[in-house]
Amino acid sequence: MDPFKNTAIDQVGIEERIARFNSRSIKKQSKTQGLKLALNMIDLTTLEGKDTEGKVIQLCQKALHVSDNIPGLPTVAAVCVYPTHVATAKQILKNSKVKIASVATAFPSGNSSLEIKLEDTKIAVDSGADEIDMVISRGEFLQGNYTFVFDEIAAVKKACGTARLKVILETGELSTLDNVRKASDIAIAAGADFIKTSTGKIQPAATMPVTLVMLLAIKDHFQKTGKMVGMKPAGGISTAKSALQYLVMLNETLGSKWMTNEWFRFGASSLANDIILQLGKEQKGAYFSKDYISID
Amino acid sequence: MKESEFNWEYAPAPEAKDHAKLKTQYDLFINGKFVKPNSKKYFDTHSPSSLEKLAEVAEANAKDVDSAVSAAKSAYDKVWKKMPAKERAKYIFRIARVMQERARELAVIESMDGGKPIRESRDFDIPTAANHFFYYAGWADKLDYAFPNKKPKSLGVAAQIIPWNFPLLMAAWKIAPALATGNTVVLKPAESTPLTALKLAEIIQDCDLPPGVVNIITGFGNTGAAMVAHPNINKITFTGSTDVATIIQKATAGTNKKITLELGGKAANIIFDDAPIDQAVEGIVNGIFFNQGHVCCAGSRLFVQENVAELVIRKLKERMKTLIVGDPLDKNTDIGAINSKEQLEKINSYLEIGRSEGLELFQTSASLPSKGYYCKPTLFIGAAQSNRVVQEEIFGPVLTIQTFRTIEEVIEKANNIPYGLSAGVWTDKGSKIFNLTSKLRAGVIWANTYNKFDPTSPFGGYKESGFGREGGLHGLAPYLTF
Repeated sequence: MDPFKNTAIDQVGIEERIARFNSRSIKKQSKTQGLKLALNMIDLTTLEGKDTEGKVIQLCQKALHVSDNIPGLPTVAAVCVYPTHVATAKQILKNSKVKIASVATAFPSGNSSLEIKLEDTKIAVDSGADEIDMVISRGEFLQGNYTFVFDEIAAVKKACGTARLKVILETGELSTLDNVRKASDIAIAAGADFIKTSTGKIQPAATMPVTLVMLLAIKDHFQKTGKMVGMKPAGGISTAKSALQYLVMLNETLGSKWMTNEWFRFGASSLANDIILQLGKEQKGAYFSKDYISID
Repeated sequence: MKESEFNWEYAPAPEAKDHAKLKTQYDLFINGKFVKPNSKKYFDTHSPSSLEKLAEVAEANAKDVDSAVSAAKSAYDKVWKKMPAKERAKYIFRIARVMQERARELAVIESMDGGKPIRESRDFDIPTAANHFFYYAGWADKLDYAFPNKKPKSLGVAAQIIPWNFPLLMAAWKIAPALATGNTVVLKPAESTPLTALKLAEIIQDCDLPPGVVNIITGFGNTGAAMVAHPNINKITFTGSTDVATIIQKATAGTNKKITLELGGKAANIIFDDAPIDQAVEGIVNGIFFNQGHVCCAGSRLFVQENVAELVIRKLKERMKTLIVGDPLDKNTDIGAINSKEQLEKINSYLEIGRSEGLELFQTSASLPSKGYYCKPTLFIGAAQSNRVVQEEIFGPVLTIQTFRTIEEVIEKANNIPYGLSAGVWTDKGSKIFNLTSKLRAGVIWANTYNKFDPTSPFGGYKESGFGREGGLHGLAPYLTF
């Protein structure tokens, strides 16, 4: 941590900036362009206790064929599953562009020993995960034990090998935007390839103010070091309109370099179908029944 | 996947203007009716963006002014003064409601006639104008509680002269408290932006306000001079330039007319090293580029503490690259058209002065529309108190940047200007804010925000920025005698 760095955040100012993003009016070709990009940025997710092999196979099929009745659609970016389901997903997705992300490190609470977290990570990587979504130890963070949090992320990063590491801050448990900024800086310094808002298990999950604070941390890091870090808001983004608002925020904060699924993801499950509904409307001029959209 | 070449240009999103009904010719609104001007003269009002002629507007001469003032005086003596305050309040409340109902039309006309982005007229000007009527409607029957034991009484006829930067909002600022306190009004909007005031006249007609309580007449400086000089005027409120205010002061010396002046400014916006930097940058942008910088309280002099100056300037430049300059009616436009050709020429002459003073000039590569009056958002970096662009009000999207080392230095420099309307302070430290607010000689000081307005909050200046307050409880007093 850099003791000379001022990273004060003013919550009112952040919210005003968000209101400004949300007043952008995205129409016609810019809407289609944005929606297709958003679809291509989705980490299609299933993280439930009741997940089965069958459910994961269906999710992977959806990832490959989001809506084949609308021509010209991209695939989603990745599927996101528990480590035990990575091998199943790999069988379906091995010859596609769709990546496999796996949560690890005693997701979602992160309350376990480092040994178990590293082993969890290793199992996911060995089973074929391209990306690891880890959680930070929020308890340690809130106690002020920042070195612990840093060391843990650095250790998991090492265990990831070539897999890209997404670090989940679980901002819904961090309480203030100042904490969000601090946790972002720690994660980035410890080697995160992506920083991610939430597990989806805690409310509030992703919000625009929290995401903006994290984008600004990424921006400051980029300006200082020239190194890019990715961003993944996850949980609670379920409408095409909301996805476009996030993209406006991304576009006007980090710029076009980040407008790719290599550097930005949406962690979401129902978002894809709303995007398809809106894209279908743009193409056909009218909404079609939701019965035309598969629900895997 | 290789790095994207994704370039996201927002498609045009123009606000429809078919619901904005404009007549080809507007007469003077006197005694509850639109009447032909005695002068028989009309002048054109143009859109500063499309340059098309929007309407012809009557030019009031001294005789027209006299009939407006007579109508106002007679309405005051016979109707308005005698009416129970709670009945007055109902009329004011009704104006607010109709303004809200017709908000979209008013917003579109405001942007067409004045050049400001629809985002601002829709989200700021019109709602705030309606709020002023709502707020003062509430005060009308509570004046005895606002000024206990002082027996407040109305003055008579108020002459109100308003500028072109917030045409409808300024009309609301003036008319609402005047009516609430029991005065009647003759209002003159600026010659380049008369249309929303004339729309307000239609609204006032629709609200069945007793004839003569509000009169709205259009014209140039001569019309304003005739209003100021008229013997039956009891109160003058003027918002505009310090030069014109001087003429008004001279013309009214030795008379019994009460005056409120809200004039120019050259506000210091002060960023300390412990400020929330990204939000401060946003505040700089809102401070100077709001309404193309045509704001008397614009944060036009930026003071940045030296140890964060490089960072702040870099972030500010980056932020400016995302500002969209263009068609005021496009919902994505951040900065619209400069209000008039004369104003654009004035701004350009200051750009020349700044350049010749040897200052570093920064402008973004924003593309400007081929037609209309536009100016790119501009920074003058490395400025000093000695530069003219720092000393004089430019009234455009032009920001000067000075650095400072200590809090004492910045207080001295912030106050080292003939104006004293507003200031901004950015720091995470509350004690520093209180220290500064007590030492800055400015009527309004914003902390960790900028350009915030509310009907409940008084607004007005020190020194050459004028005197008297508008808004809030304080805004009642200038229309009363005790």
